[in-house]
Formats: sequence, structure tokens, C-alpha cells
Amino acid sequence: MFELISQYPLIAALLALVSLGAVFGAVLGFAAVRFKTEGNPIAEQINDLLPQTQCGQCGYPGCRPYAEAIAGGEAINKCPPGGEAGIQALADLLDVEVIPLDEEHGEEKVKAVAFIREDECIGCTKCIQACPVDAILGAAKQMHTVIASECTGCDLCLEPCPVDCIDMIPQQESLQTWHWPLPDPASGESRIIATDATPTQDRAA
Amino acid sequence: MRKIFDFHGGIHPPENKRQSQQGGIRDAGIPPELVLPLSQHIGAPAKPTVAVGDRVLKGQMIAEANGFVSVPVHAPTSGTVSAIEDRLIAHPSGLPAPCIVIASDGLDEWTELAGISDYRQLPKADLLNRIREAGIAGMGGAGFPTAVKLSTRPGSQVATLIINGTECEPYITADDILMRERPGRIVEGVKILQHLLAPGETLIGIEDNKPEAIAALRAATAGSNIEIVVFPTKYPSGGEKQLIEILTGKQVPSGGLPLDIGVICQNVGSVAAIADAVLLGQPLISRITTVTGEAVREPGNFSVLLGTPMNYLLARAGFQPDRNRRLVMGGPMMGFTVADAGVPIVKTSNCLLAPSEAELPSPPPAQACIRCGMCEQACPASLLPQQMFWFAQAREFEKLEQHKLFDCIECGACSWACPSNIPLVQYYRASKAEILQLRREHEKSEQARLRFEARQERIERDEAEKVAKRAARKLAAEKRAQEAATGGGETDPIQAAIDRARAKKAAQQAGDAADTNPRDKLEKAVTSTRQRLETASAKLAQAEAEGSDLVAALQTGVDKTRARLEAAEQALRDFTAAAEEAPLQETPVDPAAAAIARAIAARASEAALDPAEKSRKQLAALEQRLEKTRARLAASQGAGEEQKIIDALESSVSLLEEKVSAAKQQLNNPEGV
Repeated sequence: MFELISQYPLIAALLALVSLGAVFGAVLGFAAVRFKTEGNPIAEQINDLLPQTQCGQCGYPGCRPYAEAIAGGEAINKCPPGGEAGIQALADLLDVEVIPLDEEHGEEKVKAVAFIREDECIGCTKCIQACPVDAILGAAKQMHTVIASECTGCDLCLEPCPVDCIDMIPQQESLQTWHWPLPDPASGESRIIATDATPTQDRAA
Repeated sequence: MRKIFDFHGGIHPPENKRQSQQGGIRDAGIPPELVLPLSQHIGAPAKPTVAVGDRVLKGQMIAEANGFVSVPVHAPTSGTVSAIEDRLIAHPSGLPAPCIVIASDGLDEWTELAGISDYRQLPKADLLNRIREAGIAGMGGAGFPTAVKLSTRPGSQVATLIINGTECEPYITADDILMRERPGRIVEGVKILQHLLAPGETLIGIEDNKPEAIAALRAATAGSNIEIVVFPTKYPSGGEKQLIEILTGKQVPSGGLPLDIGVICQNVGSVAAIADAVLLGQPLISRITTVTGEAVREPGNFSVLLGTPMNYLLARAGFQPDRNRRLVMGGPMMGFTVADAGVPIVKTSNCLLAPSEAELPSPPPAQACIRCGMCEQACPASLLPQQMFWFAQAREFEKLEQHKLFDCIECGACSWACPSNIPLVQYYRASKAEILQLRREHEKSEQARLRFEARQERIERDEAEKVAKRAARKLAAEKRAQEAATGGGETDPIQAAIDRARAKKAAQQAGDAADTNPRDKLEKAVTSTRQRLETASAKLAQAEAEGSDLVAALQTGVDKTRARLEAAEQALRDFTAAAEEAPLQETPVDPAAAAIARAIAARASEAALDPAEKSRKQLAALEQRLEKTRARLAASQGAGEEQKIIDALESSVSLLEEKVSAAKQQLNNPEGV
């Protein structure tokens, strides 16, 4: 055997390569089984960037299905609640071109919270069934109300309401939500050091 | 001599402190109306404990702390609560916030105060609570609740207590004047903190531009273990982290707290307020505020009640509105322009700056960054302002965080140093806020996702349960059908129900038969009542013999039974008498028999009708039914119901039509076919 190999180096090389291939194949095969990832990790990351309003404006029944569709090659511009910032984040993650929001699926709106005019509510529970995040509280023939802190502003409760008693109230700017805006160099107004906010009414004038 | 360390960067802007150093502390007086924002500190806003119309006394708590990181608010003078509503407050946004408004009565009547001189006897938790209840929040400018800062975790050792008397920002002299005029108060406060924290060493850090304050404090601390440390003036050496580095040479780790390296820092103003709260029981209701700038004739320091409108205070200092372009709360470096001069002074208002246009000119337009690196030279936090500027412009928040944006203390040194007049600190401030907002939003979306997934799971579970139930029902039905087919009538549920009903009826009839004689019934009642009376009497006798406390109850029982027996006997006697009078009793009528009789009578009357009349009636009824069925058919077709239903309706319509025509024929030809 040894002599045969020493006489024919070609066989020696062949043997070495085949045995290497077998060993690595076994290792890879084992790793594939042992370290198998559940689900699609990229879909998970995309889902993390979507706004989770579960509004279905993208045409998919919820954010996760859309995330899975994007992972499968769907366009990234079908999420109006995510807006331009969301598209930017998705483009960064997937390393694709930033494209403008698809108008077909709606436009980016100010964040709003559903509000039920409680006098008019007839207690039909239709909005409760429609709410994707269980943010509406109530029972049959009892007045319903929205848990504002849980509402994602998806609009899904508006359509089923038979008496049109649900309003979408845009979020008011409050002391808790206010923050300094980025300076706008194009505006011509300049602020230096911290004594900076432009006077609201021009006192000098 | 203690070794003085230096921190990276820093600037030397014109100090402009001399203007307001004259004249000591002046009293600002009591304004007619005080506006007290519920949120004058970092943390949750306080919760009002008074109602509109209530009379409050000076020092009375009017809003309580709402949570751990919160402090109460007290009435700065006596008066009446005139409103609890949203008012404009000193905030860069210019947005209103909930405030308690007090109309002062000018009496300045104190509530009862409970000061303690012997605080060393008090448990530390009680002492901390006193500080908290006095509403003290960091008076250097940030407004962090002092009690929270002082509540160290058990086991964490405070090596150094630092009292911050630096006051490095230009124009402001409030702490300087406090140290000069009330050094004793500060030292008393420091001693309370020493008792509370048991620090290894206590330092008071003062910049060398305040010689009078240094001398006053040196005199007050002579012979104590409090050390006064003087170091060169540089902005922003009063920043907490910078001061710690100057005095100890140690740096607070990024994202950490001073306590992580065993240091606690307190402002001199807060320390004096602690002394007032503990020794005199006085809550924080006033503070020293510097009013300065070229637009005021008599700049100086005022002891001002919290809630005093700024224009009232400005009038005291000889404010000239026509010379002023913008009103700044805080210093020229870290302050902000207030939207309206009517906003109130709060716990953090250390300075009111009313500069003229020439004094603090509007900054020229920003030029392009020339990458000179002067901002980096000035940054006291050793950051790379220029690099962060690019990232902030491009909104690359991840990179900003990697460049330690959150270590920026927003001192404004970079903006001051920038030769291109780029408002650098504005970029950082906005980016910080935006990052925090994105974090909040992400948290919220995460919560929405969890709720959505939980709902989805619940719906699936319900659906699965329904399917399982349906399958179980189907299986059971099949089993029953099989059993019925093989086992015969015994297990057939319908047959069983019929049998049960029959048996029941039979039993009832039998019972009726037994009781048909009412005399027997009455006799039975008499015997059973008599028996009951006998047992009850026996029990009563036994109870009496034993002297049980149930005797009374048993006695009434016996009496009642006896009465019942008498009634039964009476009924029996009456019945016997009646039976003798009317021996012919009517037999009870069976309802079924009555129904049969009625039916027979109806049939008979129908038969008695004229046959023609009968047919006409039938025809009318049939036509009515036909009409109804047709209507239903039309409705079903309109609603698009199942074909099966429509077919059935159609066949019934045709059947009825046949019947109608037959009836018509019969009517026309009454003699029959």
C-alpha cells in the first residue's frame, strides 16, 4: 500500500484531498445541525426597525409579515408610520438605495392616539376586535375607552365603528416631548453659545 | 498644601461678575401673585394638595412629592390659592406647565415650624426625609432632588464630600454673595452632611476670583475638618465632573455617577437650604438670584421668593426694557432665553441676565468648519466636538453615541471657541434629545410588538380550542349514533326521554290517586304534627333538665308546633263537617281531558259551518301563506342566500300555488270532484 502510494504521487494527492474533503464535510455537516438558527435572523432585525403599529398599510397583516417579505426581496418603502427615517434605517441595514415612500400605501402623518367619544359609544365591541394591540377596553353594551399609552395610532379601529365615535387626536407637544431642534444653517438665523433661542417676539423691533 | 489637578480644555470668557457684587443681598419683597410650577426639579412633577380658594400659610406644603425622584412644593408666603392651571414657565420650549397660583395677602404669616438643633440624635433616614420634605433640589442649576443624591446605597463609602462654591459661569454671583454673607449657615449645612454621609474628607472648592468668599469661609471653618480649596479660575470648573477632577485627580467614568468613585458633590446654595430645613424647619421657599446685565440700572443679588414673576424682580433692579433685547435665565453660557418676562423664578433660577444688544450681540451667521481643532482644545470632557458636529449634521446617531455624545455637559465652551461661529452645542443638545426620543419610541414599539404577539397567540389558542371542542362533539355524536344503531331503542335518547316523561306522569297520577281523598291528607298532617310536637317536647324537657341555654329557643319551637297541630285538627274537623253537608263532591277535572273536549267541540262547530264558507276560509289562509312564502323567496334571492334554501322556498311556493288552485276549484264546484 505504502509502496503503491510512493510510486504514484497522483494517488497520494488524490487520497489526501479526498480525506480532507471528507473531514471538513463532516465538520460542516455537524455544525449545520448543531448551530441551526431558528427563523430568519435578518427578518428579525428588520422587524426590530419597523414601528410595530401593526396597521397593515403595507398590505401585510402586521409588521412581522412585512419584515419577512422585505427579507424576501419586497420594497422597503411601504411603511408610512415608519416614514423616511424608517426607510433610511432599513436601507442602512440592508445596504440598499434609499427610495421615497410609496404614496400608494399612505403618507407619513403626525403620531396620533385614538380617542372614543364616550357619550356616543354604543358598546358594540367591534373596535376592540379590530385593535391589534388590545389597547381598547370595554365590554358588550358597555362604553369603551382607549388606553392612550398603548395605542399605536394605527387607525384600524376607525373603520369598524358603526357610529363613527372614534377620533384620531394628533399628539400635542408637551414639556415631556419637547426637545431642542437641530440648528438650521440655511435659515440664516444663527445661535451661538447657550444664550441662543431666538426671542419669540422681537423685542428690539 | 493640597495638590490641585487640572482638567482638559476650558476657556476664559470675560467674567463680568463685578456689576452684581455690590450691595449685598437685597430683599425682593412679596409680589401680589406667586406662580409655583409643580415641576421645578428633575423627576416627576409634584402633586397638588391644596384646592383653589384654600388659604395657605408661609412654608405650608402645597404639593407633595410624587414618587422617589420628586420633591414637594411649599407656599412662599401666606395667601389664597387663586388658581391651579397651566402657566408659562421658564423653559426653553416656551410651553406652559401646570402651576399653583397664590394671591399673597401681604401678612407673610408663617406656618408652625419644627426645627431641631440636635439633629445628631435623629436616625439618618428621618434626617434625609426632612431634607426631602423641605423640597430641596440642586440649586446650582440642574435641580436634581438633593435627598435622592444623598441616599447612598448601604455599603457604598463616601470618601470625599465636595461642596461646590465654584460658580464659574460669567455674570453670576449668587453663590459668591451667599458665601460672603452667610458662611455660618453653609458650615452648619456641611456639618449636617458630614453627619449624614460620614465622608473621609470634606472639601469646599472655590475659584480664586472670589477672595472675600474665601476669607469668610476660611474664618467660619477655622478649627474644623472642612478644607477650603482654592484653584485658578477657568470655565467650566464648576461642572461636577470637572470639579471632582480638579480636587481629587479622579475622573468619573463615562456614563457613571460621582458616587462610583466615592464622591458626592453639593452646591453651596443647597447646603445652606439643608441647614435651614434641619435647624429651623424652614422649607425651600426662597433663593438668591443674581439680576444683572446692562439693561438693569442697579444690578445685584436678591433674596427672592420662589414663584415671583421675573418682571417684578426686574423692576426691583431698575429694568429698562427698551435697552434689553432678550431675557436670559441662567448665565450667558448655559442659560436660555425665556419667552416671556412674566414667568416665575424657580428653585434653579440662579441668575436673570438682561443684557443689551451691544453687551451680548446676536451671533454672526455660522461659517463653514475649517477643522481648526479649537473646539477640541476647549472641550472639558475630552470629546471630539468637530467630529460629532459632522455626525450630528448627518444624523448618524449611532456614531454620535460611539463618540460619547452623552458625556457632553453642554457647557458651550466649544461654541464659544469656534472661530466660524458654529453653534456646536446646539447640535449636540438636539441630537441628544433626538436619541432619547428614538429610544423611547423604540421602547414603545417593542411594547406594542409584545402586545400584538400576545394577542395573536391568544387568538390562535382560542381557535385551536374551538376546533378541538367541535371535533370532540362530532366524535361523541358519531359514537351515539353507532350505539343507537347497534344497541336498539334502550340507548336512544329520544326514546329514553319519552320513557322518562311517561314514568313521571304515571307517578304523578298515582300520587294524585292516593291523595284524592283530602280527608286522608288532613289526617296525615295531624298525626305528623303531633309526632313532631312530642319529639320537641321531649327535647325541651331534656334541655331544661340539663340547664342548656337553648331552652328558650326550644320553648318557642314547641309553642309553634302546638299551634300548628291545633290548626291542623281544626281543619280536619271543618272538613268532616263540610263533607257531611255536601257528600257529592265534584271530581277534579283532568286538564288533558278538558283539552280533548275543547278540540272535539271546535271540530263539531267547524263541521257545522257551511261547506262553502269553510272552503273560502281555507282559500284565504292558503293565499296568505303563498304570499308570505313568495316574499321570503324574493328576500332570500336578494340577499344571495344558499341555493339549497332558495330551492326549498321555490318548491314550497309551487306547492302552495297548486293547493290554492285546488281550493278555488273546490269553491267553484262545491259538490266535489
